[in-house]
Amino acid sequence: MAPRLKLFLPLFIFVVLAGFLYRGLSLDPMALPSALIDKPLPAFTLTALADGRELSREDVIGEPALFNVWATWCISCRAEHPYLQQLADRGVPIYGINYKDEDEAARRWLRELGDPYRANIVDREGTLGVDLGVYGAPETYLVDAAGVIRYRHVGVVDDRVWRDTLEPIWREVQAMGEQP
Amino acid sequence: MKARLLALGALMLLSIHAGAVIETYEFSTPALEARYQLLSEELRCPKCQNQNIADSNAPISQDLRRLLHQQLEAGASDEEILEFMVARYGEFVRYRPAFNAATAVLWLAPLILLLAGVAGLLLILCGRRDGAAALTEDDQAQLATLLQTPEKDA
Repeated sequence: MAPRLKLFLPLFIFVVLAGFLYRGLSLDPMALPSALIDKPLPAFTLTALADGRELSREDVIGEPALFNVWATWCISCRAEHPYLQQLADRGVPIYGINYKDEDEAARRWLRELGDPYRANIVDREGTLGVDLGVYGAPETYLVDAAGVIRYRHVGVVDDRVWRDTLEPIWREVQAMGEQP
Repeated sequence: MKARLLALGALMLLSIHAGAVIETYEFSTPALEARYQLLSEELRCPKCQNQNIADSNAPISQDLRRLLHQQLEAGASDEEILEFMVARYGEFVRYRPAFNAATAVLWLAPLILLLAGVAGLLLILCGRRDGAAALTEDDQAQLATLLQTPEKDA
């Protein structure tokens, strides 16, 4: 290597390193890609929160829907709740997965704050949660008409998340469902 | 006073890591218990990302420990259990992820960096020796004359 070029080596190393570090600034270190994207929603047999009747995978698939993992002990879920209600009012089907919670507290929550859910699956032991790869609440899964998980959002769904991330996939999934 | 401070400092150094895990599991054989220890130290808590599930008391770690116990008692092999966890939480959940296309960089980067470092070191060392040789080639004659010249002024 020419001696002149060698002088630029530290600058070159600096630029590469700075590039990586700059990229790192906008990455979320807690973000975990879901292992279940493009996999079918796991099978389950659990009870419904409202009336205790049995719910299974077949009862909740057939059209695109959101599956929202929530619990009354989850503070962010309370912040998320009004927006879920808005989505439900706009006609987006949302199923709740009541994760490691108490039935009575969950029912009271829905009475007091409103119920945006088509139905709530009671996952008191977190078994469906583990099958879904849930590691906290709230988490929201976008499932298409064939019962395949298309997207997982960790954290609160708000207007920005819906518009930037979920809605484009939602439209795509709906368009797919309308084709014969 | 100083001695007391020293003693206090020494005591602080002695503080030991307190295990956060509360529940205990009964195992039918000691071998299963040993495998439980090993696996729970190798599996990573998805919620609290710098802890294994043995150290973490997050609800998800409690769930994974319970599952680990159930599966060990049900006779699952280590591979089956790791597969079960990876299918749900991704390779992330293992502290020693399997070698595949996604984890190749992770596994090979230290080796590549080590080789690059050794190569760089060799280049620098060889360059230095060449430089010394070049000096003798070119300046040997001049050096010789300089040395032969009697130092009359001194």
